[in-house]
Amino acid sequence: MKSFTYERASTPAAAAAAASRRRGTKFIAGGTNLLDLMKLEIETPLHLIDVNGLALDKIEPMPDGGLRIGALVRNTDLAADQRVRQDYAVLSRALVAGASGQLRNKATTAGNLLQRTRCPYFYDTNQPCNKRQPGSGCAAIGGFSRSLAVIGASETCIATHPSDMAVAMRVLDATVETVRPDGETRRIPLADFYRLPAGTPHLETVLENGELITSVALPKPPGGRHVYHKVRDRASYAFALVSVALILQPDGDGRVALGGVAPRPWRVEAAEAELPHGAKAVAAALLAGAKPTEENAFKLPLTERTLGAALIEARA
Amino acid sequence: MPRSNESYPGEPEIKSVTEFAMTRRRLLLGTAATIALTSVQTAARAQSDTAGDPTILKVTFTVNGAARQLTLDTRTTLLDALREHLSLTGPKKGCDHGQCGACTVIVNGRRINACLSLAVMHEGDSITTIEGLGTPQTLHPMQAAFVKHDGYQCGYCTPGQICSAVAVLGEIKAGIPSHVTTDLAAQPAINDAEIRERMSGNICRCGAYSNILEAITEVAGREA
Repeated sequence: MKSFTYERASTPAAAAAAASRRRGTKFIAGGTNLLDLMKLEIETPLHLIDVNGLALDKIEPMPDGGLRIGALVRNTDLAADQRVRQDYAVLSRALVAGASGQLRNKATTAGNLLQRTRCPYFYDTNQPCNKRQPGSGCAAIGGFSRSLAVIGASETCIATHPSDMAVAMRVLDATVETVRPDGETRRIPLADFYRLPAGTPHLETVLENGELITSVALPKPPGGRHVYHKVRDRASYAFALVSVALILQPDGDGRVALGGVAPRPWRVEAAEAELPHGAKAVAAALLAGAKPTEENAFKLPLTERTLGAALIEARA
Repeated sequence: MPRSNESYPGEPEIKSVTEFAMTRRRLLLGTAATIALTSVQTAARAQSDTAGDPTILKVTFTVNGAARQLTLDTRTTLLDALREHLSLTGPKKGCDHGQCGACTVIVNGRRINACLSLAVMHEGDSITTIEGLGTPQTLHPMQAAFVKHDGYQCGYCTPGQICSAVAVLGEIKAGIPSHVTTDLAAQPAINDAEIRERMSGNICRCGAYSNILEAITEVAGREA
C-alpha cells in the first residue's frame, strides 16, 4: 500500500472543500472496498479524509412522506430499519443479498453506491484495463467475460456495477444528495448518477471533484409487492450473475431493474409497460440491443427466467 | 550427521517441552519481526514513487477491556495492529481482503473484518478478539461448544468463526434480517438455514461446517 496522510472531517462542506484542494484525496467511510483496492495499489490516494465522524448516520422521514438515508448508514442498519422493511422491502432484500455480515456492518450507503467493479481484469494489475489505466486497453473483451456486462457497455469497457443495493434504489426512484466544495448542495436522481462507459470508463459517476454524498432520498412508499431475486454462482456471498428488483402493483403495473448485466443498475421504463405480458416480453424490452460475448450470452435467457421467477414470487 | 538429540552450532539447547514451546514462540515472534522489517523496507521503496513519507499517528482504543495507545503508520490495518503491535495473534490473516473472515473481531458489539479497516479509524472504539471472549481456563460458551462438537480441523479459521458466531446470535436476537429470512416483519428464526447464511463470510478450508453449525445451534438453544 502506498503511504498517505489522514485527517478526520469536521463538516460535510469542509470535507468537500478539503478534498477539492488537495490532489489525490479520497473520502473513506466503511473502507471495505477502498482498502481492498489500496492494498492492490489499484487505488493510490495520497490523502484520506475520514468522514465517519460526520453526523450522516440517521434515517429520517421527509415531509413528502419519503425517507432520507444518511450517507453513513451502515448496510446492516438500513436493511434492518423497520420503515425500510415495511415500505421499501426490495431495498432490505437487496442489501441482505449482498456481501457478508461482517462487510455489511462496515459498508455504508454512499460507499455502496460508489464501489468499484469486480471485473477480474480491473483487479489484475498485470492486465490492461481502461477503467484502471485509461487508454491501456480492455483485456476483458475477448477474455474471461462470463460475469461481465451484456448491455450498456462499450468497445473500451464491459465491466458491470456490482451493487445490489443500487439496483433496488434505482427501482425506488432514489435521489442522491450531495454537497459541493463551494458548500452548495444538489440532488441527483439515481437514474442520472452513473455514467455509461462510452470512451471514458474511468469516469463512473457525475460527481464532481470533491463532491461528497450526504444522503440518499427515497420518495414516498410505492406500495405493491417487493421482490429482489439474485442469481449467483454460490448460495451466499457472491456477486450477481443476474439480479431482478421488482415492485408489482395489484393491477399488474410495476417497476423493474436489473443488476449484474450492465455498468449501472439497468432500468428501461418502457419495458415496464410489458409487465402484464410476462417475463419474455419484459426481458426482450429491457435487453433490446444487448451485445453479449460468447461467454456471457447465457445472461439473456437467465434474465428472462429470473424475471419469471420474480413475477411468480410477486404474484404469490 | 548430527544425532537428533544434538544441537546445531548456535542453536539453543532445549531441555524440556515447556522450554521448546517457549523457544518456538520466540522463533515465531522473531519471524514476525523479520516480516515487519521487510514491510518497512518495502514501504521505504514505495516512498520513492509516492514522494510521501510514511505518516505516523497515535490512536487509542480499548482491546479486550484494556486501554491501549499505539503509534502507527496510517497504513496499518486493525488486524496488523492487533497481531504485530499488541501480539494478539488470535485474529488470523487469511486472505487479507475481507473474503475469508479469519480476521473477524467484534468492534463496539459488531463483527467486522479487521483486515479491511485502518487502525487509526478506531479511535475510542472497544475491540474484542478471541482472546477477550474467554481463556483456556474459562472458555466462552461458544468456544466450549466448538471444542465439544469438533468445529474445526486445522483451527486457523476458528477464532474468526467463533467471534462471528457470537455476533451472529446477537444479530438474530436484535432482529436483523438475513437473505433467507422468510418474513421481513417477523423476528428471524434460529435454524440451520439462518445460521449457514449468516456465517457465509467465514470460510473453513477444512470443511468443518457441519460441526460448526452444531456448535452454534447448541449455544443458540441454550441462550433461547
